[in-house]
Amino acid sequence: MTGSILFLLIIVLGGISWFFGRVKASRFSITHTKRGAVHSLPNYHGWYVALWAVGPALLFLVVWNFASPALITDAALASPAAEQLPQDAFAKGSILAEARSIASGQQVRAFNPLSQSMVEPYKTAISYYQTLGAIAAILLAFAGGVYSWLRLKPELRARTKIERITMMALLLASLIATITTVGIFASLIFESARFFSMVSPIDFLFGTEWNPKAVAGPRGETGFGAIPLFWGTVFIGAIIAMIVAIPLGLMSAIYLTQYAAPRFRAWMKPILEVLAGVPTVVYGYFAALTVAPALRDFAVSIGISGASSESALAAGVVMGIMIIPFVSSMADDSIAAVPSAMRDGSLAMGATKSETIKKVLIPAALPGVVGGVLLAVSRAIGETMIVVMAAGLAANMTANPFSSVTTVTTQIVQLLTGDQEFDSPKTLAAFALGLVLFIVTLLLNLIALRVVKKYREAYE
Amino acid sequence: MTELLDSTSSSESSTMTESSAPAISAGDGPLKMTTRNVDVFYGDKQAINDVSIDVTMDNVTAFIGPSGCGKSTFLRCLNRMNDTIPIAKVTGDITLEGEDIYAPKMDVVQLRARVGMVFQKPNPFPKSIYDNIAYGPRIHGLASTKEDLDNIVETSLQRAGLWGEVQDRLQDSGTALSGGQQQRLCIARAIAVDPEVILMDEPCSALDPIATAKIEELIHELRGKYAIVIVTHNMQQAARVSQRTAFFHLGTLVEYGVTSDIFTNPTEEKTRDYITGRYG
Repeated sequence: MTGSILFLLIIVLGGISWFFGRVKASRFSITHTKRGAVHSLPNYHGWYVALWAVGPALLFLVVWNFASPALITDAALASPAAEQLPQDAFAKGSILAEARSIASGQQVRAFNPLSQSMVEPYKTAISYYQTLGAIAAILLAFAGGVYSWLRLKPELRARTKIERITMMALLLASLIATITTVGIFASLIFESARFFSMVSPIDFLFGTEWNPKAVAGPRGETGFGAIPLFWGTVFIGAIIAMIVAIPLGLMSAIYLTQYAAPRFRAWMKPILEVLAGVPTVVYGYFAALTVAPALRDFAVSIGISGASSESALAAGVVMGIMIIPFVSSMADDSIAAVPSAMRDGSLAMGATKSETIKKVLIPAALPGVVGGVLLAVSRAIGETMIVVMAAGLAANMTANPFSSVTTVTTQIVQLLTGDQEFDSPKTLAAFALGLVLFIVTLLLNLIALRVVKKYREAYE
Repeated sequence: MTELLDSTSSSESSTMTESSAPAISAGDGPLKMTTRNVDVFYGDKQAINDVSIDVTMDNVTAFIGPSGCGKSTFLRCLNRMNDTIPIAKVTGDITLEGEDIYAPKMDVVQLRARVGMVFQKPNPFPKSIYDNIAYGPRIHGLASTKEDLDNIVETSLQRAGLWGEVQDRLQDSGTALSGGQQQRLCIARAIAVDPEVILMDEPCSALDPIATAKIEELIHELRGKYAIVIVTHNMQQAARVSQRTAFFHLGTLVEYGVTSDIFTNPTEEKTRDYITGRYG
């Protein structure tokens, strides 16, 4: 019997239990007519019985799934065929693994003839334990259903129990996202710790020479100074991109909230939001193939030295354009959240529309706008595709926007692409870079959310 | 202007019927604003139907009526705040000192400097108390030096009866004041641009009784310096602070006259029903 059929069978059993639970519970109201004598509606009793039938059985199957491989191997080793196996643990392990995959149908033929002899014992063991598990699960489902069905009484607090289980299921769902974040963070820390045991954190965080390919030597060797990367990231993501995105995003938000006719706004806002849905790889080749060559030609024509076809400017400008809808929609929200009484007050003083915007609306919306900008920065510095395609690989420390710089995300991609050994500092450096990026964006998001929240409280 | 003269000379009774010119008795001071046959439409819906009212310099004019009767809408015609609502359309004649305020050559910025407004909910700007008051004078260029501006701020706060309470903390945020203080700050802010008319749209509806009493006292003191129009849903307040009362119902002006007459001896049955609390 395969797993999916077993699963389906248990669910069907659950449905049957639900039905019988309901039927029994709906009789209560006939015999107990006094108000409140029956605690819960029949439906809750039905779910109570169904959960008793399905829950323990599924839980058992999960545990069984983890426990049975060891039992199967033990059973296979106990067979007469196992006596010819070599004593060497490694050789034995590989034969067993091969035999197992043939037995479970993942592999067709064995390389080692010894494996072939182990296939039969494995097959017997697998089918034995599978049948055992299935029977146990079905019995458990029956037992749970019958036990809970017998427990059904008018005064049983089935509703309270179902409410609690619902709450726990929701809690579990929300925990999964949180635990995943913690897990990612933990794995980053673990790998970074291995990196920092090879390269000093001081050298990494404050060193100015990034040349990881040169590293093959003893501990303490330089080439992992990440400052040029941090600079490149800040230069592209937080400076050039923001110079593009903040004014354009803010002005478009002001126009859309204050000037645009409702019908124009109804068209314009979705179009702007579509920009946010364009895959970043599309922006990437737009930056690399269109913007970057144009900017280089322009720089050359006005005589700027060191103009590169992978300029910081190209990546930054395109990234800025990508961020515009983000800034615009955050600014839009915070301007719209300024009470209209504030705007009317200013207009009633005889202020013009632009005076009102400049002197009342923007200052009042500023915290929200700043929060939005911080979120935008945190997105920009974590953005990968555009910089991988349009920014260079040379770790330069330069403020010339026409020359090439590299970013943290570009280097992470660079370090992890191709065949890599997972114990060389070169590969592990990617985790350290990721950790720094993670911490910085986390902090930015925390600050931004706090600023936005404080601002919301002020007006609600 | 002929219409205006007619209205002042011909009317003896202090009440009016719809679409005729309202009555102005002797001793009311100069006529400040007149409105004739004003209609307001929100899209297809008519919110104000054929209203004619005169506002005089020395009287406080109160607009009363049940919710949704159009009294606030009408008030917002007087400084063209309805312009901010795209679907609103105003027809009829409204004049300030004989000038048609809806004429193309009328500058709405100038108009609003001359006809100030105080709103239902106190709406100080999220700036310091000083900057709140200085906001109007700055945008209209009323003060050339820092001393001028300081003087305007002090005078306005004094007139609004707030100077004593805030003179030591002019740099504190205007939003940190209590509700009543905020509302007086808004009145001071309106005074600071030296308007001729002050419109008040239910200025006490968000305030407690003590703050309300202070605002009413302030209205008494400001009377005569500015023509004041106040919208209120509190009839006792209208009786306390105003000399002229206009009763609105479903977008029409039912009755307009001397406040004491309206409250003791209304001509229209609707007014009597409203005042005695039969509906509204």
